[in-house]
Amino acid sequence: MSAPFLLVAAAWEAVAIAGIFPAKLFPSLETVFTTLAELSLDGILWAHAAGTLARLALGFLLAVGVGVVAGILMGRFQVVEDLFLPAVSFAYPIPGLAYAPLFVLWFGLGDLPAVLLVGAASCFVVIINAWKGVKAVRPLWLRAAEVMGANERQMFWKVIMPAALPYILTGLRLGLAQAWRILVVVEMLTAVEHGLGWMIFGAREFLNTDVMLSGVMVIGVVGLVLEKQVFERVERYTVVRWGMLTA
Amino acid sequence: MTSAFLSRSFWRGIAGLLLLALLWELFARSGLFTQALTPPITRIANTVWRTVLDGSILENAAYTLTRVLAGLLLACLVGLPIGILMGRFRAVERFFLPLVSVLMPIPSLAWVPLFILWFGIGEVTTLLVVGYAATFPVIYNSWTGVRAVNPLWVRSALAMGAGQRQLFRSVVLPGASPYVFTGIRLAFGRGWIAVIGGEMLANPAAGLGRAIFDAREYLDSEVMLASIFAIGVVGIAFERLVFQSIESRTVARWGMVAAAGARR
Repeated sequence: MSAPFLLVAAAWEAVAIAGIFPAKLFPSLETVFTTLAELSLDGILWAHAAGTLARLALGFLLAVGVGVVAGILMGRFQVVEDLFLPAVSFAYPIPGLAYAPLFVLWFGLGDLPAVLLVGAASCFVVIINAWKGVKAVRPLWLRAAEVMGANERQMFWKVIMPAALPYILTGLRLGLAQAWRILVVVEMLTAVEHGLGWMIFGAREFLNTDVMLSGVMVIGVVGLVLEKQVFERVERYTVVRWGMLTA
Repeated sequence: MTSAFLSRSFWRGIAGLLLLALLWELFARSGLFTQALTPPITRIANTVWRTVLDGSILENAAYTLTRVLAGLLLACLVGLPIGILMGRFRAVERFFLPLVSVLMPIPSLAWVPLFILWFGIGEVTTLLVVGYAATFPVIYNSWTGVRAVNPLWVRSALAMGAGQRQLFRSVVLPGASPYVFTGIRLAFGRGWIAVIGGEMLANPAAGLGRAIFDAREYLDSEVMLASIFAIGVVGIAFERLVFQSIESRTVARWGMVAAAGARR
């Protein structure tokens, strides 16, 4: 497991020590890790990471709130689907990043446009998946529930929601990944006060390559944790437990 | 298709789009915000028309699309061999899988400032960022694809006396193709996002992302919205026309389409 990392690290170290590139641009690994340690001891790194995570959480919550409701409404009511599906499917493939400069004009610099952009960029995949999930509920289950006298509310909470949940969770997972991919750049473009993307962007001005590499490493770790820990766990406790999906 | 044109859903879809357009138009003309920031649809449409006529939007779109395709080519050159070898040989998989799973969750655009220092602003950085974004879906899907080839086919090909090369060319590659194709399609989507960010941050000569970014300096929200519209149109057109026709000519013709798209 660790052999490939050691090999790559050794290669990096060899290039850095050989001095092919200026040390300022291609720092050795000790420098990077020392910087990483210093930044985390100073608390600077945590402030930036906390800013990024808070923004991610807010933006993603926004996307979930809007996306799940809109998707379910579209799946349940044909009128809603007919009215909004064309608009949603046109907006879906447009990279949210394209709106960034526009959002800066509309909402100024800082946290507000960053959160709104992350929300806007990740809500479409949530909408599409929630809609598909509701559409994919087996008609047999609906008919069976109806015959057994389920009312609207029971039908929704006991049949449609559990059946649509695997799709909805897929949407959330994709949405979170998308939010994460875009957030770093959004921070660079909207000049937030604390954020990992902004830290990397700012460090460029001072040729602090070691800070930039530390930032990239932290971003990678956070991304990995989000994917592996958060979602696989949520999935295990909900859909897998209800027998909708085999882990 | 013809019946869809007459169906109720179709007309409701048109009505939905018109409704949204009308709401925007009312909002824009209400004077709540200055029209420089929220231009009415008529002016956006006018700008689209003007920039199409003078060719500037087409030129920018061509630049952006070329960059995505070049990045995609780079991603295939790097990703396909790695992914296929990972699927075929245990040792290669053991070496690359940890590296891939660590590098994959890093958003490609996080590298932009660093790449700018290493490779300067402009074309190279943009291309590398698109390539980085597009490589991982290609690697991941070709790796999965090769492993997902029905073992029965492999065994029967071997029993019928296929050599390693024949096995690879006539069984493994076609068997993995739906996954590989899905990977390239995903890679295009990723690259399409990365190119916009790359153009905004790394300052190449032209492009739709560049146009949006530059228009902000002049408070030219009409050009920004027109460019966003163009990004949507080009992305959808490329997905529909190019990928779907390639798919129907290759994977679907080989009778493998049921598997295509099964894995995202």
